[in-house]
Parts: sequence; C-alpha cells; structure tokens
Amino acid sequence: MPHRKFLSAFAILCASIATAHSGNWTKLSEDGVHDPRGPAIELLQYPGDALSNLPSDTAGNEVDWIRALRAGVIQPRPSIDPDREDRRLDKDIYLDLYGSMPSVRFPHLAHTEWLDCSNCHDHLFLPKRGANNISMFLILQGQQCGVCHGAVAFPLTECSRCHSVPNHEAQRIVAAIEAAEKEKQAGASDGAVKRRDAGTAGPRKDSPNAGKQQ
Amino acid sequence: MRIRHPGALWRGAQAAALAAAVCIGGFGTSGEARAEYADVVINNYSDAAGMRPVIFPHWFHRIRFRCKVCHADLGFQFKAGGNEINMVKIIDGQFCGACHNGDIAWSVENCNLCHSGKPGTPTQVHESTIQKLAIQPQAGGQQ
Repeated sequence: MPHRKFLSAFAILCASIATAHSGNWTKLSEDGVHDPRGPAIELLQYPGDALSNLPSDTAGNEVDWIRALRAGVIQPRPSIDPDREDRRLDKDIYLDLYGSMPSVRFPHLAHTEWLDCSNCHDHLFLPKRGANNISMFLILQGQQCGVCHGAVAFPLTECSRCHSVPNHEAQRIVAAIEAAEKEKQAGASDGAVKRRDAGTAGPRKDSPNAGKQQ
Repeated sequence: MRIRHPGALWRGAQAAALAAAVCIGGFGTSGEARAEYADVVINNYSDAAGMRPVIFPHWFHRIRFRCKVCHADLGFQFKAGGNEINMVKIIDGQFCGACHNGDIAWSVENCNLCHSGKPGTPTQVHESTIQKLAIQPQAGGQQ
C-alpha cells in the first residue's frame, strides 16, 4: 500500500523534527569541558532545564532567541546602569545584491534589541554602503558577522537566514531607498544652504544616514 | 544494480525522510559529547594558578542580560581570552565583578562555580563554527 508507506515516511520525518526540537543539550558532566569530578557539577544548571522552556530552533542553543525576547518569554536586562540609553534602530540593510546566493537582509532592529551601536560601529563595520568588503571568507574566520554568528548568535550553517531575499527584489528595494535618500539629501542641502545664509547652523555631521551600511 | 519496482519510489521517500532526519538532528548534535553552543572556556591564568579553567555559559547569561550589558557597558571584547580578566579586577568590580558581587549575582567566594572546567582545557568558544571547521584558533584565544 503506497499510502501507508508514504505515511510511515512522513511519520519518520515528523518524529525526527520533534526529536531535534526536544533538545540535544548535553549534561555538564558529559560535555567534554566541565570537570565531572569538580564540586560545581551538581550545582550548575543543566542547559535543558532552562532552554527547553524557550521557543525552539534547530541550530545553536536550539533556542529561537529573538522570538523568546519578543514574546516576553525572557526579559533580559538592557543595562545595569539606569542612565544608559537603550538605543534601537529599525532599518534593514540589503547586501550582496549581485551574488550567486540570494541577497542578504540585515535587520538592524533584531540586532539592536540585543546589542548597542558601538558593538559593531565602527570597529567592525563602517556605516557606509560599500565600505566594508564583507566576505564569507572573512566571516568563516570569525571576522565581520562571524564575530558573533558562528560563535554565539545562530551558526554559519544557517545560510538562508541571512541570504533570504531574491537578488532582483533586493536590487529594487535598494534602488528605491537610494532614490529616496538622494531626494532627501537634495532637500537637506537646500535647507543647509539657507541656514548657512541665515547664519544659524551648518550641515549636520550626524545625519540620519549615519546608520547606512554596505 | 537492482531493477526498480513500484515500491522503490516510496522506499526512496523513506530514505529521504531519514536523511532529512539525520541532517536536522546532526546540526544540533554533531556526534561527540559537547558543551553547549557558545560556552566559553577561559584559561589565561587558571592552569598556572592551579585552578580549574573558567566555563562561561552564554546561554545562561543571555536569558538574564542583553549582549550589550557585558559587551558595551562592561567592556568585554568579543574575543575568548582577549580580556585579560583576573581576580583582582573582578574583586575591584570590573568585568564579572560588576554583577558577581553578592548583589546582582553570587559573589566571588564561590570560586568553583566559575572555575569548573577540566584542567588543561584551552581557551576557546566551544562549538563555534570555526571549531567545527577544524581551523584551530590561535593560542590565547579565538579571533
């Protein structure tokens, strides 16, 4: 009965996915880095005790951290200094528009929910389109995006999470963004000239385009 | 090679499902016993001081704090072993000591809770893609 065989194949697939999601967290005493004879081994938390309650994923810690954060399942503190500003930027950057892989959409928002601007700018990435020579060769060596992705953020086996937008779609979006920025700059420089003429202020160095990336 | 018969297609589907199962499971497990993804072993001075190396579990800390708390406010560099952390600094309230002071988190008397690694384990980010690709990190830390 082909029907039954198909069902059994489907059941195997489902079971395997369920297994992956139920977690493959290793006991600390067996993880290869903790000393199984150390006094802490019975005191430290087993990862699965905490992570199995969080939204699941198939890679890294097997936790979808951004979903956990946004759903409020975890509430990590943004600062231990109450005066520190919790800065967010909701701006997507499209990269690798003409490569053999789909283009990359870099969401500033998901990153600034965890990180501060200064964590990446400017020592890892200059805030200028085309200025960074981003390459998988460097990323795989732990540079650029690879400082976090492949070490703590989702690993580099997850190609399609970054390479997620068809090239033609990304090219269209970038063209639209650039046209809008050009228009805005033209308007702003007109304004700046007028302001200078009036003797009030020069053009701003910290323009809204400061977050613009390759 | 055997001649295919009508059941072969379904057996193929089963095999494909099994292969998918291995792939899905495989990304998570990678075979050998392993520390949790992103656990950092810090062994700049521990071995020499006769202490177990420190194991820093990222997963435990990011449930409680966003990355920027340590990596922006407290100044931890994104490099295992790259921070020259020592107990004098920690007791002085720097690095781990900003929280591990008996106020936000347990204090420094609990030596063994951090110093819990197997003696001789080198400084590393465990389970990192670099480690999986078998490109050995340079001595003293990982880029």
